[in-house]
Amino acid sequence: MSWGSWGDFFAMGGYALYVWGSYAVTLGLMVAEVVLLVLRKRNILEHLGRMRGAARRVAL
Amino acid sequence: MLTALRCVIYRDLLLAVRRRADVATALLFFVIVVSLFPLGVGPEANLLRTIAPGVIWVAALLASMLSLGRMFSADHADGTLEQMLLSATPLGVIVVAKVIAHWLVAGLPLVLIAPVLALQFDLPQPLLGVLTLSLLLGTPVLSLVGAIGAALTLGLRGGGVLVSLLVLPLYVPVLIIGAGTVDMAAAGLGVEAHFLLLAAFLVFAGVFAPWAIAAALRISAE
Amino acid sequence: MNVNWFKYSSPQTFFPLAGALAPWFLSAALLLGAVGLYLGFFVAPTDAQQGEAYRIIFIHVPAAWMSMFLYVVMAFWAGVGLVLNTRLSGMMASAVAPTGALFSFIALWTGSLRGKPTWGTWWVWDARLTSELILLFLYFGFMALQAAIDDPRRADKAGAVLALVGVINVPIIYFSVQWWNTLHQGASVSLKSAPTMAATMFAGMIVMALGFWMYSIAAALLRVRCIILERERHADWVAQYVRTLK
Repeated sequence: MSWGSWGDFFAMGGYALYVWGSYAVTLGLMVAEVVLLVLRKRNILEHLGRMRGAARRVAL
Repeated sequence: MLTALRCVIYRDLLLAVRRRADVATALLFFVIVVSLFPLGVGPEANLLRTIAPGVIWVAALLASMLSLGRMFSADHADGTLEQMLLSATPLGVIVVAKVIAHWLVAGLPLVLIAPVLALQFDLPQPLLGVLTLSLLLGTPVLSLVGAIGAALTLGLRGGGVLVSLLVLPLYVPVLIIGAGTVDMAAAGLGVEAHFLLLAAFLVFAGVFAPWAIAAALRISAE
Repeated sequence: MNVNWFKYSSPQTFFPLAGALAPWFLSAALLLGAVGLYLGFFVAPTDAQQGEAYRIIFIHVPAAWMSMFLYVVMAFWAGVGLVLNTRLSGMMASAVAPTGALFSFIALWTGSLRGKPTWGTWWVWDARLTSELILLFLYFGFMALQAAIDDPRRADKAGAVLALVGVINVPIIYFSVQWWNTLHQGASVSLKSAPTMAATMFAGMIVMALGFWMYSIAAALLRVRCIILERERHADWVAQYVRTLK
């Protein structure tokens, strides 16, 4: 499958909105999912770190 | 075992009779919802005749779902449920009895009143019987499957809406076949296959749902 | 040779394993995705009837496959957790659910975007799209039920019952919806892809499906790590782990 030019590739025969809309949303959601998970883990560790600190202060 | 079945059904019916308001509200909800549709889509006779089976079936579904919360919550609140869990009678039997009682109180009235409501939509005479029979076979399945949802969400906040979210997707096959039965009859095609399919759903649900309901009750009541 | 098959069935031992494996699966996903996209855009020819718009199927079909596959996986782990009473299995089921719901949504979104240029409407009551919609509701039901229950063990078990009931119903739902669709054939159209599919198109779809699968595993592993930390936060090994990160 050879496209005439980059322009043709992006235009997708006039269906650019639909094709790129699909791919963009898919990629976006998948990236968002991974990012949210990384943030979630960071939050948990931060929270646990603070809890540990508080527990130590209480124990002293 | 049959004594236990009879006892639980009798008890639940007695409790329902003492709280007639609960039963009546679900029935009234059914009637009101069915009456809302012509107000929403216009009184054009042909349109109403076409949508009648679907509307009545969906309304029956929703009304049946409304009354699910009542099935186990009262027993859970006063400790009867724990006694049921501990009793020598298999939990499945007790559960079947409760579902039967629920259907007699929440499903059967819908079946009996549906033909009257169908007249509002000018559904042709021969189709009334098909509609009633389809609801007669379908509403017990709704009670059985709904009971699973009720058992899973026992005592949870956001109860009513949560049960709907859990149970409505599972209702879809019954809805499709049930309403489809009347559509087939309207088109002059044979309905035996559909009735057999509805009966199959009933048997399938009757055999497997009590097991799931019992498991869910044990999980929820711990 | 004595293999301890259950070595990794405790959250404590699985946690580091998941952390080690996740990057590999993500890399595999990226690689397969790149190959799949190359096949989809530069090897597969233009469709005679649908033009370039058909290229959406390289996401739509694999996403739909994944959403159904992940539901079965979720039900499997939930069932294992229910029967064997293992904590990690329940955590795994909860970890898989959001990714499955995500793919279900993607399947619906891309299905809609594919329907518009082809059939003129943003939504068609096609048998498969409708079943996909109901599958999304099933995922939401599972996630909502688990969110509503505070006790994690009860949440695991309740979710398991729901998932198992759901997994039995999925074929029933699919066939009844398909029947419903054929009965009302006049009013609706089918989004069945072109009956003759070029080998390159099929290859592209398979590679994308594999890529999505690798991605799902990676996402589930990352998520289960979060769930393990949340649920086991009172355990000594977690305190140890937090200390080592300082």
